[in-house]
Amino acid sequence: MPTLFEKVWNAHAVRTLPSGQTQLFVGLHLVHEVTSPQAFDMIRQHGWGVPYPQRTFATVDHIVPTSSQKRPFLDVIAEEMTTALERNCQQYGIRLFAPGDDLAGNQGIVHVIGPEMGLTQPGMTIACGDSHTSTHGALGAIAFGIGTSQVRDVLASQSLAMDPLKVRRIDVNGTLKPGVYAKDVILTIIRRLGVNGGVGYAYEYGGTTIDNMSIDERMTVCNMSVEGGARAGYVNPDEKTFAYLKGRQYAPQGDAWDRAVAWWTSLASDADATYDDHVVIDAATIEPTVTWGINPAQSVGVSEAIATKDEEALTYMGFADGQKVAGTRIDVAFIGSCTNGRLSDLAEAAKFVQGRHVASHVKALVVPGSQEISRKAEAMGLDKIFTAAGFEWRGAGCSMCLAMNPDKLVGNQISASSSNRNFKGRQGSPTGRTLLMSPVMVAAAAIAGEVTDVREMLEEVHA
Amino acid sequence: MASITAISGRALPLRGNELDTDRIMPARFLKAVTFDGLEHHVFEDDRKGNPNHPFNNATYNGSAILVVNENFGCGSSREHAPQGLLRWGIKAIVGESFSEIFRGNSAVLGMPCFTADKASIEALQALLEKAPDTVVDARVDTGVITAGSLKVQGNLPAGVRDAFVTDKWNPTSMLLADYDTVRATASTLPYVAGF
Repeated sequence: MPTLFEKVWNAHAVRTLPSGQTQLFVGLHLVHEVTSPQAFDMIRQHGWGVPYPQRTFATVDHIVPTSSQKRPFLDVIAEEMTTALERNCQQYGIRLFAPGDDLAGNQGIVHVIGPEMGLTQPGMTIACGDSHTSTHGALGAIAFGIGTSQVRDVLASQSLAMDPLKVRRIDVNGTLKPGVYAKDVILTIIRRLGVNGGVGYAYEYGGTTIDNMSIDERMTVCNMSVEGGARAGYVNPDEKTFAYLKGRQYAPQGDAWDRAVAWWTSLASDADATYDDHVVIDAATIEPTVTWGINPAQSVGVSEAIATKDEEALTYMGFADGQKVAGTRIDVAFIGSCTNGRLSDLAEAAKFVQGRHVASHVKALVVPGSQEISRKAEAMGLDKIFTAAGFEWRGAGCSMCLAMNPDKLVGNQISASSSNRNFKGRQGSPTGRTLLMSPVMVAAAAIAGEVTDVREMLEEVHA
Repeated sequence: MASITAISGRALPLRGNELDTDRIMPARFLKAVTFDGLEHHVFEDDRKGNPNHPFNNATYNGSAILVVNENFGCGSSREHAPQGLLRWGIKAIVGESFSEIFRGNSAVLGMPCFTADKASIEALQALLEKAPDTVVDARVDTGVITAGSLKVQGNLPAGVRDAFVTDKWNPTSMLLADYDTVRATASTLPYVAGF
């Protein structure tokens, strides 16, 4: 019997192309400023139109400064890219959630605002010129990243030439221990299956641990599917999914809501669905996890020692085989990104931060994933908690996850980061070093001034 | 556009697993509204950090084929990475494995990414390090890669292979043909037609 992946794929398959690939209808297309300008230029050059402009939505996230969204941006190239997107959206009738200094709109990281406004819904095919599009699978969509030429194809035809993926079921069962979060779950999955273990697959996450997760937590898991090589990752839609979507701006309303829920429910993988592969992970074995290397599979439990022969990674990071990551002095702490920049991430970190202070040598940033999260967090007083503790409270954007904006590491600084990639140079300095971990672990590192086992500090609170 | 049945030329061996697209094309070079000039920034930070980087070795200038290891092009979906390689002069890549998105992006640009087993890649890289002038011939239709007396079986996904040899690797016009079929599919989707 079919999986959700197969049901959604079949519902969106237009025809078999002469090449043998499938033409797949794209239900939701999300666009940002970095990977789209060349695509718009190409459709203009060919004189192609955009047949479904109401199925594409755009925002500005990668290059937006987080200190102020006042226009024009001081960075002339950032301003040029934003202006180009504004012009392109206007020409083709595409809705743009634009930056604005008052932070009163819906601008934000593309993978945060899609679910937040209810644009992302179960059973959709979703494409975006951004690898972390897998995030949207948390709501039961088949969502994947594409390149700029494919952005062109979606704009021009609302479809893509694709080959289907195999499906690997990943069950995580049991209760997570205190101090262990969704980020630790996905880092553990990637560590076990490898950074290329998912090539050719979509990952279907299930099991009691995933069932018990909030939609925000499921988004953290699905977000990093691509770091494990899987182009898409998803969770079957359930009551939590429907409760999350109900009442959101673009979600169906009234009678349509009930019909939508019925359709969404029918799309979940059948109980006897067959999978191409199946992996089971025991939640009780998962520790707060920290990366030590230059890809997201190079991680250890915080109490564990590094065990590797990868000299390139050890040399770049300044670690030795057998060393523990705990105790590593950090320079920068970053809470944010499409992985961990949602309201619940900030609230959980703020709970931990309250009454403590960032170590004097650490530069610490909190960057909400969207303007709406900024507003809600401020209404809850989270901004005050963070600033009182010595964190900088910023505006919405991708910020230091990929440093295409003024937020960057300098020299070989070490960053404790709630983002998704620890690649060489990822955070803006060619010699900069990134340690990925959960937002609460980042907060703990900021306060201790070094990587620390958050569980020891949690005990302090409870003692 | 034309069919692509074979790529022939000198080749550059680039060792290392998980060479991600941030390394192929650091993010600061994505701050532009065109792909122009990306050929100047391929592996820029890796090259600065390592004078012996193969892309710094003039012997390999003019190479048409790149020979890599595992999970090449992982990470960010930025097409700027394959665009940079293509503009540098690379026309095909042979490797142990590729990230899905990178391989798809390259295919749409007319740059096939062949996979081959570890031993074959090792033999190719070792040969090219010893004899950089070796001309490599990669056949899209059969997957056979020949380098001097060395013959390696490469693989392409069948749909991508057929698209190259039948001149259908750039899909937009195919996607726009019989457009009523797209509209028909869309109209069966409850969220498009209205719940």
